[in-house]
Amino acid sequence: MKVQLKNRVGTQKLIILATLLALFVFFSLMRPNFASYLNLMTIALSTCVNGILALGATFVITSGGIDLSLGTTMTFCSVMSGVSFVSWGFPIWLAIIFGFAVGAVCGAISGFAITKMKLPPFIATMAMQMMTKGLSLVVSGIKPVYFTGSENYKRIAMGNFLGIEGFYNAFILFIVIIVVAHLTYSKTLLGRYTTAIGSNQEAARLSGIKTDKWKILIYVVSGLFSAAAGLVMSSRLGSAQPQLGAGYELEAIAAAVIGGTSMSGGEGTIVGTVIGAFIISVLTNGLRTMAVSTEWQTVVTGFVLALAVYFDKLRRERRERA
Amino acid sequence: MTQNLIKMVGISKEFPGVKALIKASFHLDAGEVHALVGENGAGKSTLMKVLTGVYTKDEGEIFHKGQAVEIQNIRHSQDLGIVMIHQELNLMNHLSVAQNIFIGREERGRLPFFLNDQTLNKKAAEILRHLNMDIDPTAKVGELTVAKQQMIEIAKALSYNSEIIIMDEPTASLTDAEISDLFRVVRILRDEGKGIIYISHRLEELKQISDRITVMRDGETIQTLSTQEASTDTIIRLMVGRELFIEKEQSTLPGDAPVLFEARGIQCGRMVKDVSFQVRKGEILGFAGLVGAGRTETARAVFGADRRSGGKLLVNGAPVEIHSPADAVRNGIAYLSEDRKQYGLLLGLDVETNTSIASMKDFLRGKLFINFQKACQNAEEKVSELDVRTPSVKQLVRNLSGGNQQKVVLGKWLTRNCDILIFDEPTRGIDVGAKNEIYKLLRDLAAMGKAIILISSELPEIIRMCDRVIVMCEGKVTGEVVGEDINQQRIMEYATAREENKQEAGK
Repeated sequence: MKVQLKNRVGTQKLIILATLLALFVFFSLMRPNFASYLNLMTIALSTCVNGILALGATFVITSGGIDLSLGTTMTFCSVMSGVSFVSWGFPIWLAIIFGFAVGAVCGAISGFAITKMKLPPFIATMAMQMMTKGLSLVVSGIKPVYFTGSENYKRIAMGNFLGIEGFYNAFILFIVIIVVAHLTYSKTLLGRYTTAIGSNQEAARLSGIKTDKWKILIYVVSGLFSAAAGLVMSSRLGSAQPQLGAGYELEAIAAAVIGGTSMSGGEGTIVGTVIGAFIISVLTNGLRTMAVSTEWQTVVTGFVLALAVYFDKLRRERRERA
Repeated sequence: MTQNLIKMVGISKEFPGVKALIKASFHLDAGEVHALVGENGAGKSTLMKVLTGVYTKDEGEIFHKGQAVEIQNIRHSQDLGIVMIHQELNLMNHLSVAQNIFIGREERGRLPFFLNDQTLNKKAAEILRHLNMDIDPTAKVGELTVAKQQMIEIAKALSYNSEIIIMDEPTASLTDAEISDLFRVVRILRDEGKGIIYISHRLEELKQISDRITVMRDGETIQTLSTQEASTDTIIRLMVGRELFIEKEQSTLPGDAPVLFEARGIQCGRMVKDVSFQVRKGEILGFAGLVGAGRTETARAVFGADRRSGGKLLVNGAPVEIHSPADAVRNGIAYLSEDRKQYGLLLGLDVETNTSIASMKDFLRGKLFINFQKACQNAEEKVSELDVRTPSVKQLVRNLSGGNQQKVVLGKWLTRNCDILIFDEPTRGIDVGAKNEIYKLLRDLAAMGKAIILISSELPEIIRMCDRVIVMCEGKVTGEVVGEDINQQRIMEYATAREENKQEAGK
C-alpha cells in the first residue's frame, strides 16, 4: 500500500519530468545552439519570475481558490518599492522590505474580501488585479521607475554568483525561494491546512480549524511570492515597469496546473510546479530559436496546457477506478 | 452500578410550523450500545443535533454525568466528550490517515513552524492498533474504502477521548464483512465503558449490536426497552403507532390496463440490487422505503442518469436501450427530481421557455429560428390544463410557488409527450394546500392514461395515492403490496426488511 502510493505520486512527477526532457532533447536536435550554455541561462532566467509567481499560485489553487492578481500585484510591489526608494528616500533595504509589505497587504485584502465579504475568489482577485494595475500607473505616472543611485540593486538578480559568468544571482534566489516554498507546503501547519481546506473546507472547519484566518494567510503568502517575483523582475530590468504584469498570472496558473496542481483543490506539489514553469519557458524559448513567431508560441502553449490537464484527468480517473 | 453518561429530559424543539421534538427523553449509560429507531422524521436526528449543540433546545434539561449542562455549540459538546459520526463522512481525502485523525491538533517539530509527522503517525498507529484496525496511518484517506474511512472517523473520535459516540446509520453503505468488522470495534468501545448511540432502521442488526432500544415517533420518545425483551413486532408497532385513518383516493385504474413500462433485474452501484417492477397504463405505483433504501437511485438508473451494471428495460413490451436521460426522454420517460430547483427548472427564465425547452425541435420555424408563437400557445395550453397559477406565461419561474413550479416541470414533460412519469418526492417543501393539488394532478394524469411512479418517504401519501406499492430496503425490493394491504404496518415491515419477509417477497 505504502509503496504503491509513493509510486503513484512519483509517476505524475516522472511524466512531467519526462515531458520536459523530451522537449529539451527535441529542441537540441532541431537547433544545436538551443543547448548552449548561454541559452540555457536565458531559459533559467526567464523561468525565475514565472516560477516564483507559480509557487504562489500553487498555494492558492491547492486551497481551492484562485489568484488572478499575481502578475499585477508583482508590478505594483516593485513600483511601490521603487517610489519609496527614489521619491521618499527609503534606504534600499527598507525599500525592498516595503515591496514585500505591499504584497502582503494586497493578499490580505483579497483574502478578506473572499472570507469576510464572501466574494468568489475569481471576482475578488480580478478586482485586485484591476486595482493594482491601475494604481501602478497612477503612482508611477505611467513612467518606469528607475532605481538610479543604487548600483547594487541590479546585482541582486543580475550579478554573477561567485563570479561565474552567466550564472546569475537570480538563480540562487529562485532556488532559496523554492526550498522555502517546498518546506512550507509540505512540512508546516500552513501547508497542511492549505491542503485540508482545499480537500474539504467544511470538514476542516468542523475539525476546529479557523478556515477564514488560514485562507487570508494563504492569499498573504501569494502576495509575498508576487513581491519576490517583483524584486527579481525590477532588479533584472533596473527599473519597475508599471505597464508590465498583466497576463503573467495566467502563465503562472498554467505552470502550476501543468505541474499537477488540481484546480479543484487539495492536490499539488512544489517540485511539480517548478517543472511546469520550466516546461513553459523551454517551450517558448525553443520555439523562438526555431523562429516560430510569438503568436504561434502562445497557441502552442495553450494547446500544451489543455493536453497536460487532459492527461492528468485521465490519470486521476484511472486511479479512482483502481 | 453503571454510570449514567447522558440524561435528556423533556426536550422540546419547535421549528416554524413543525414540532420536531415534544418532551423527548433519552438516557445513555456507560458501557452500553443504545439504539435509537423511528420512521423518517420521527425526530432522531433533531434529538441528536440538540445533544451535539447543532440546535439549541426550546425546553428541557440535559445532564452530563449527573451535572446539568447547557450545550451551546459543537465545540462545547466535543469538550464534553460527545462526538457524532455522520453518514456523510467529514474527512479530507487528500490528507493521510494520521493527518486526518489529528487535524487541528498537529504535532509540532523541534524547529519552529515545522510539523512532526513521525510522531503523528506513531500516535495514529497506536489508536488503530488499539481498535484492531489494519490501516496504514500514512495512506491517503481518499484511497480507502468507505468502511475504512468510517473507522478513521471512529479513531478520530477516540483521539478526542470521547466517551459518547453517536453513529448515524453507520452500516448504510457497508458490506456484510465490513459490518461485522464495525461491530467488533463497537464492542471494543462498549467494553471500555464508552456509551454508544446507534441510529439505524435495520432491526435485525439492532438485535445483534444493541443493549437497549429507544423508539421515537412524531417527535416523542415512545418507549425504551431492553433489546432482549423486544420482539421485532413490538418495535415496528411502536414505530408506527396507532393506525391513522387515511382516506384512499378512488382508483382510476381499469382492470385490463396493459403494462406500459417494465424494469427487469436493474443493478446500479451499491444502492440498487436486482430491482424489477412493472407499471401499467393509468396506474400509480408507489415506491416506499426509508431514507437510503435506494429508491431515488433506482429511478436514476432507470432514467439513464447513472450507469447501470445490469438489467433490462421494456416500454410497451419492447426492449429499449436507455443509457442517458436523452434516451429515456425519447422513450417517453420523464423524471421529476426531488430537487426541482437544481435539476428540473431554469428559474431565471419564464414559463414559456421552461415548458418548451425539452422539445425545442417542435418549436422551430425553419431549422434555426424559434417559433415563439407556437411556444407561447403550448405554454398557455399547459398552464390551463395543469392549472398553473401564474399571471402570464412570461412570468419568471422563480416567482412561482413551489407547487406551481412543480406543475411547470410537469408541463415540460407533457409537452414532450412523456407517458411514464417518475415523481421523486413531489410534495417535499410544499404546503398542505398545494399538496392536495399535486395529489389531484397525479390522479388526473393517471386517468389520462399515464403510468406514474411515485417515490415518497411520507407513508400517508403513499397509502392515499397508490394503486400498488413496491417497498425497498437496502437497495433491494423487499415487498409489494396491493389494495387493502397498503397500510403502515405492512409497509414498515418490508421497509425494515425482516428476513421472513424477504423470503415471502421472493416467492
